[in-house]
Amino acid sequence: MNVPNALSDQLARSYDVDEDDLTRLRRRLAVTAADAGVLDVAYRTVDSPVGMLLLAATDAGLVRVAYAVENHDNVLQALADRISPRVLAAPERLDLAARELDEYFSGRRHEFDLALDWRLSAGFRRDILGRIRGIGYGHTATYAGLARAAGNPKAVRAVGGACATNPLPVVVPCHRVLRTDGTLGGYIGGLDAKRTLLGLEAAV
Amino acid sequence: MSEKRPFDAVVAEHGATVLRVCRAVLGPVDADDAWSETFLSALKAYPALPAGANIQAWLVTIAHRKAIDVVRARARHAVPVADLPDLVSGPGADARDLDLVEAVARLPHKQKHAVVYHYVGGLPYADVAALIGGTAEAARRAAADGVHALRDSYPGAETLTRSDR
Repeated sequence: MNVPNALSDQLARSYDVDEDDLTRLRRRLAVTAADAGVLDVAYRTVDSPVGMLLLAATDAGLVRVAYAVENHDNVLQALADRISPRVLAAPERLDLAARELDEYFSGRRHEFDLALDWRLSAGFRRDILGRIRGIGYGHTATYAGLARAAGNPKAVRAVGGACATNPLPVVVPCHRVLRTDGTLGGYIGGLDAKRTLLGLEAAV
Repeated sequence: MSEKRPFDAVVAEHGATVLRVCRAVLGPVDADDAWSETFLSALKAYPALPAGANIQAWLVTIAHRKAIDVVRARARHAVPVADLPDLVSGPGADARDLDLVEAVARLPHKQKHAVVYHYVGGLPYADVAALIGGTAEAARRAAADGVHALRDSYPGAETLTRSDR
């Protein structure tokens, strides 16, 4: 609630708060909150060949990787709703994930060695994503093949649904899942991103 | 359906205002600690905050309590740091040279807090009264007296307050 008033404005200018002060205080808050055990969701963003990625982690591990096309503000709101509103930017908490992604995008890493928090996926979708995690670097699988492997050959569309709602794209490589005819199908980060990732893996 | 924003968005929106309040009631040195304590405490309590609560008023209220803690801790350690005297400056030449921040710092305790919580923190007078004691009307009077004193000690203040009826 603001008090619209010339004195308020003048006081606000007099107690000049610059962005550096706030950045420093917010970093300190993220550290003390983590130490106090009240930082439920830590996040940061990283730049990548497929655009800005949002990384979010809980105490259990990496819980979300999100493309810019998913709208990072919406993703953070969804994390607040589904996990906890105690969400803070805390880059240090995601240093390892950021480093492994950087290595992956530069072709030096073929497998991620990160603790994952699967809580945003359940049931059949969770089962499919677990299978997708087993598709090796530079290899591909098909939606139909995954449905068969899961014991439900008719669930091809449901496999597509599991990919479309993958909370951990790139790390859980749903970009390696194609249609039976070899065409791309869909991708949570857009088809350009899927092409970029497949191209990166094919080149090495 | 509790659509509670990520706490980070709360810090982004209200962090500057809370820091101004902390600086106004404590000065720049202790303000950082009070700010940090305020937001850590708020983060802990945030999931239980009722939906639709006035978040800025809630934060300023926490900041008020944390500022008291900081002052008490400072008193316990008995370090005589720059505690500005609680006196109203007269309209002397040097007093008129004070900038607005110093003029606020020199206000009597109650006036200073009424001015800061209402004009910097944006609290309605009823909420200000809950923090400094007394009635909403008394809080409004304390703020008005404070503004009057600012007008005497800070040259620009008379033009500043005209829109406040």
